[in-house]
Amino acid sequence: MTPILELKGITKRFPGVLANDHINLSLNKGEILALLGENGAGKSTLMNILYGLYQPDEGEIWVNGEKVTFNSPIDAISHGIGMVHQHFMLIPVFTVTENVMLGNETVKQAGFLDRKKAADRILEISNHYNLEVNPDDYIRDLPVGVQQRVEIIKLLYREADILIFDEPTAVLTPQEADELFKIMRSLVAQGKSIIFITHKLREVMEIADRIVVIRRGAVVGETTPAQADRQSLAAMMVGRAVDLEVNRTECKPGELVCSVENMTVVDKFNNVVVDDISLEVYSGEIVGVAGVQGNGQTELVNAITGLQKTLSGKITLLGEDVTKCSPRQITELGTAHVPEDRQADGLVLPFPVAENLVLCTYYKEPFAKGVILQYPVILENAEKLIKAFDIRTPSVFTPVGSLSGGNQQKVIIARELSRPIKFLVASQPTRGLDVGSIEYIHKRIIQKRDEGCGVLLVSPELDEIMELSDRVAVMYRGRIIAIVPNKGITKEYIGLLMAGVVPEEPIQFDESTVVEATF
Amino acid sequence: MSEQKNDLGQEILKEINQDQTTTEHVRKPFLGKAAIPLLAIVTGLIIGALMIAVTSQSVYAAFGESIGNGFATAFSEIGTAYKALFTGAIGDPIRMINAVKLGDAKEIRQAFNPFLESLVQSTPYIFAGLAVALGFKSGLFNIGVEGQLFIGAACATFVGYSITGLPAWIHMPLAFLAGALGGALWGFVPGFLKAKTGGHEVINTIMMNWIAFRLTEWLLSGPMTRPGSGGMPISPVIQKTAEIPQFFQSPIRFHLGFFIALAVAYLIWWLLFKTTWGLNLRIVGTNPRAARYAGLSTTKSIILAMSLSGALAGMAGAVQVLAVNRSMALGLSSGYGFDSIALALIGNSHPVGVVLASILFGTLRNGATRMMVVSSIPIDIVDVIQAIILMFVAAPAIIRSIYHLRKPKQEEQQIFLSGWGGQS
Repeated sequence: MTPILELKGITKRFPGVLANDHINLSLNKGEILALLGENGAGKSTLMNILYGLYQPDEGEIWVNGEKVTFNSPIDAISHGIGMVHQHFMLIPVFTVTENVMLGNETVKQAGFLDRKKAADRILEISNHYNLEVNPDDYIRDLPVGVQQRVEIIKLLYREADILIFDEPTAVLTPQEADELFKIMRSLVAQGKSIIFITHKLREVMEIADRIVVIRRGAVVGETTPAQADRQSLAAMMVGRAVDLEVNRTECKPGELVCSVENMTVVDKFNNVVVDDISLEVYSGEIVGVAGVQGNGQTELVNAITGLQKTLSGKITLLGEDVTKCSPRQITELGTAHVPEDRQADGLVLPFPVAENLVLCTYYKEPFAKGVILQYPVILENAEKLIKAFDIRTPSVFTPVGSLSGGNQQKVIIARELSRPIKFLVASQPTRGLDVGSIEYIHKRIIQKRDEGCGVLLVSPELDEIMELSDRVAVMYRGRIIAIVPNKGITKEYIGLLMAGVVPEEPIQFDESTVVEATF
Repeated sequence: MSEQKNDLGQEILKEINQDQTTTEHVRKPFLGKAAIPLLAIVTGLIIGALMIAVTSQSVYAAFGESIGNGFATAFSEIGTAYKALFTGAIGDPIRMINAVKLGDAKEIRQAFNPFLESLVQSTPYIFAGLAVALGFKSGLFNIGVEGQLFIGAACATFVGYSITGLPAWIHMPLAFLAGALGGALWGFVPGFLKAKTGGHEVINTIMMNWIAFRLTEWLLSGPMTRPGSGGMPISPVIQKTAEIPQFFQSPIRFHLGFFIALAVAYLIWWLLFKTTWGLNLRIVGTNPRAARYAGLSTTKSIILAMSLSGALAGMAGAVQVLAVNRSMALGLSSGYGFDSIALALIGNSHPVGVVLASILFGTLRNGATRMMVVSSIPIDIVDVIQAIILMFVAAPAIIRSIYHLRKPKQEEQQIFLSGWGGQS
């Protein structure tokens, strides 16, 4: 049988980078092919070539046994290739029908839009493939999972046979992800073919028929979920054995380091984004804040670290009322903050590694005497941290912006964890990082906790929360709807909470089923 | 599908190497950061030469005779013009060598005067260029240097003529500092507005320019007017004690201000790169969000930067009054404040770069005067050359493509990542 899609020797160079190195790939009709690789491995480049956004330097694309060249996405679409982007390409103030029609409008005579006909088509598609959606809803009113369905319908409306999903689960709750997997299965059952791009091992094992692993722009292996396990896939992705399990010793909570009482935060439009939250973190424990992105976690962190004003409530850090304190006062108390967006907040990209390593402390002894910076000390500090935290950089003078994402994050981790701190706020500390760096950073956070530091960990990655946390707080629409000890609870349980559903049937815990468990 | 073996050892090695050599992929451009400005200058001069040839009547006449003649004339025109530019700016090399050989002090001074005059012309450029550069480094676009310069000059003039009986070693610094203070005030206002209300400094500095122009006009024709000038907008001559000394007799105007400018440039470099204040300014200027995260006060930083920038601009005005003009008239500045933006850009907002760019501009300006006299090429050609240089510096992609230079890695990587909606 001819594969429905074949890529032969695709090569793409960017100045200084070989993004794709003679990649061969084939997709059979009716299968789900997982394309697994770390960030920056070249998955996205390959898919952008397939979608006509880039032209390959070498290599051929064959669709249905026919050689094709794509000069733009229009060519790709006309050959039945469609892509669900990680960031949805939808217009919030348009209805589902209007969004689906956009670019491929069904018209009546004289060029008037025929919404009725389009809506009928959408309903037909949605029934056929089990994609529940109301064509008259406005996108802005729909949950993320449904928005993604609209994206899929858009492709089916254009009669795509080959669907590319680019990290589709990044924005979904576990339940929504399961729902998506069901949809994907029903799509292939009806003759569609899917390329599923991801760096999440669990998902690959669950959904893929075949797995292709890319590393540094080249295909390094092909396998099936039956033959592989997570450990071996991770090793293939990274190129060395990876320890996926975090060794966590029993938590020994000590004194209270952070207490938030009835805190409310509003955004600049006066919408309540953090709604009457109370939370406590003790020394020697990790409290994980789970939740789908955009449920108030960012604002919670900003309020605790002094970056955002609170409307009401009280924040106490290490025994001091810091509700009205500036970020610097809070830092000087012994708090460290790994920010959510490392490039926007955590680093000054054009500045050398050495200066970024003293970003929060440069004005203090020994880095400065009076107003004069002590560069020998700053450089020595950098050398020391580069060694201790295994930051791969050509020199201490290299602009931090030219390091890889993982090494940039290590710069932040090194800067924050090397100070004598008693409380660490880590917001998405491993976002977008490769498996190797994630492993490393997790170990460091656990180490801090074992040294008696209190940690508030915020992450939309449920796996990360479940692996690291001693207690899990779940945020939904600005509220903490449950705080439970991380013992005997299931991912599904937390997943339900993340979707705002408080399960009525208590799930067996060791201690109690009470929301607001305290030590 | 894949014939590549998964050789662990080799892969690790590859990985390590790749990470450590991320910057090595790119050929370091020749001369490093100075490559673009230098090539821009060269290109500017070449295009200037073409302009001279194209706009010369005699070249057209010669082309009418024969093509060979035309080219010969064109080259000789360009030659004459640039030779005049050179001798006007630096001096006549033969005369300079002979003068040194003769050992006649007066002749030496005169032979070297064009060069010294170029430095005189460069002095206000240095101050003004530093003003804009300091703003850029702090993330602010101070377009109001011209206005700050006028206020600085007015303050220096006032202190210079109205106070009498002070010894020179107090009076001269006092007048100079008054100029700096006046400029600082004029920079402080838009800085304060930006920090406290978010009012954009570009708009507000432009507005402050107009206030400064009209204010000095009124001052010079009213309260500060020279007695007996008949309403002409000109100030009294400053006291001898307020003068910044010139080193030689007239007509050589080379003065101490040039060295003050170099010292101030050094101070600014030291401030920016060696002190916590400077690092603070640069962090706020480069990434205000990271500055907030690191606990810095952007408000303080903006006000400080604008005030310092204004002070530097004020010094540019003060030095012109105290060292060269010795009184203030409305024709004080030939657009130093606006040229200074170009200087900061060409100098890459680095004090050393600004000093070099200022000397270049001063030299070009000075040489152009002689070029106009000798070869009847209008002085405006220098404006054209300056504009071209600036254009190339502002759009480095043109220079890169002409000379096949590589883009710097970091910029590229950012485009590279954001171009795909990449996360890291």
